[in-house]
Amino acid sequence: MSDRYEIRLSGSGGQGMILAGIIMAEAAAIYGDKNAVQSQSYGPESRGGASKAEVIISEGPIDYPKATAIDCMLAMTQEACTKYHHDIKDGGILIVDSDSVKDVPQGGFRVHGFPITSIARDELGKVIVANIVSLGAMTGLTKVVSYESVEQAVLARVPAAFVDLNKKALQRGYELTRDLK
Amino acid sequence: MAQKKKRLLQGNEACVEGALYAGCRFYSGYPITPSTEVAEGMSVRLPKVGGKFIQMEDEIGGIAAAIGGSLAGLKSMTATSGPGFSLKQECIGYACIAEVPLVIVDVMRGGPATGYPTGPSQSDIMAAKWGTHGDHPVIAVTPSSVPEILTETVRAFNLAEKYRTPVMVLYDEIVGHMREPLTIPEPGELEVVDREKATCKPEEYFPYDDRHLVAPLAPFGSGYRFHVTGLNHKQDGFPTNDPKVIDRNNRRIIEKVETDKERIWKNEETALDDAEVAIFTIGSTARSARFAVNELRKSGLKVGLLRPLTIWPFPDAAVAELSKRVNAIVVPELNLGQMVHEVERCARGNCEVEALTRVDGEPITPAQIMHAVRKYL
Repeated sequence: MSDRYEIRLSGSGGQGMILAGIIMAEAAAIYGDKNAVQSQSYGPESRGGASKAEVIISEGPIDYPKATAIDCMLAMTQEACTKYHHDIKDGGILIVDSDSVKDVPQGGFRVHGFPITSIARDELGKVIVANIVSLGAMTGLTKVVSYESVEQAVLARVPAAFVDLNKKALQRGYELTRDLK
Repeated sequence: MAQKKKRLLQGNEACVEGALYAGCRFYSGYPITPSTEVAEGMSVRLPKVGGKFIQMEDEIGGIAAAIGGSLAGLKSMTATSGPGFSLKQECIGYACIAEVPLVIVDVMRGGPATGYPTGPSQSDIMAAKWGTHGDHPVIAVTPSSVPEILTETVRAFNLAEKYRTPVMVLYDEIVGHMREPLTIPEPGELEVVDREKATCKPEEYFPYDDRHLVAPLAPFGSGYRFHVTGLNHKQDGFPTNDPKVIDRNNRRIIEKVETDKERIWKNEETALDDAEVAIFTIGSTARSARFAVNELRKSGLKVGLLRPLTIWPFPDAAVAELSKRVNAIVVPELNLGQMVHEVERCARGNCEVEALTRVDGEPITPAQIMHAVRKYL
């Protein structure tokens, strides 16, 4: 259990949280040398509502596929943040999109706020890559999988025409955490 | 060789891979959450291997067409969830009495009725056994991981073809939608059973030849002409009112599974050798249970897990034997108590039997299982 690393990615349906979870799991289990299980829960709506994806990463077999004591959580919306932050463990990390999450929960965890949506929309020109920006930030803060593995996993999942955009988005997210330790 | 490398697959995608590996070439169904990805995957993949995919007008049409596909000689499958499983029940009985090999995947969601479409459940255990009326044989397999969905789907086809009967693949929404790394096995790595072919002259062929417990099934359109009905029938397939024939057939279709159940049963044991308390469960709940066993063992507590991969026929012998050497068997299940009654029946009062149930659409956690188990230690 000690080497279980638990990640929760949460936001609104349609923000690509499940895809981001799949990419993290593939970075760990396909492009890295670890084991991973990705699961999700979602409501009946395909857009809107609170949606979450979870990824458990471990050196060994993973029995329980859901998060119990979260090492790192991402919240892209206020609703998801409020609803899902309770399982973050002491010493864990909460990453929030500061564009949307104004009421930041307090606890025994570190909080990092970045303007993820405005970076995606204004700097990169496509709001749709906000999930990839946040993956970059998560990679930099957690170091649970290597940047190279995450980059390979991202590039394997995106259409050829958007490779450069996604590469840039991942790197921009990673850079946000460069001076934070 | 893109197929060879390790991939991250969803449970429902692994079901598609298992079906194709087993040689399934006909799929008919009606998409329903949380089983839709099975239909989606089959619709993409089957045409590429010369197979047929049909989306029918509803779930009843879905299984009825699959029965037809199987009678025409193709390994056939349908998949469903929730109310779709209710709709398929009449045809499940038809496939039982007409002895048509068929695989029915049921990705269990919260019920009854429309219930909780996106939430996990294990509340179709008894519907799998008793959902269709009348005495009939039932085989149901219960995988609990993505790689196991692939291998158990292959086993379901093998059992269906071997015993000429519908076989169900039962797993909950969590296992169906989670993703795990998986390497698709090479051809030959897993056993694949094909149905026994008729070798006699067409004019001498009986589809229910009473010299066999399981008679060979000739494909429709291959020159063998025969009748298929949901009525009690003679060995030529035509209806009968002869009490002796009715009795013999009703017993035979049960016996072909019952007398061979040692070969159909499949159990996984974890830390049971010296266990004082045992957990009995399936699917995603078995993953919570294994987590709980590992945690409790670290504190020196003697807890083990019996996990059936075949839930029907019920693993009577394994549970009876276990009940003689533990203080209690705890049965966590995502319903209000279904498997627990079978465990009680098999334990015959030899030990305590307790259900741990949950029906709020959330999984049973390792902490809940640890709490339930501790009181017997």
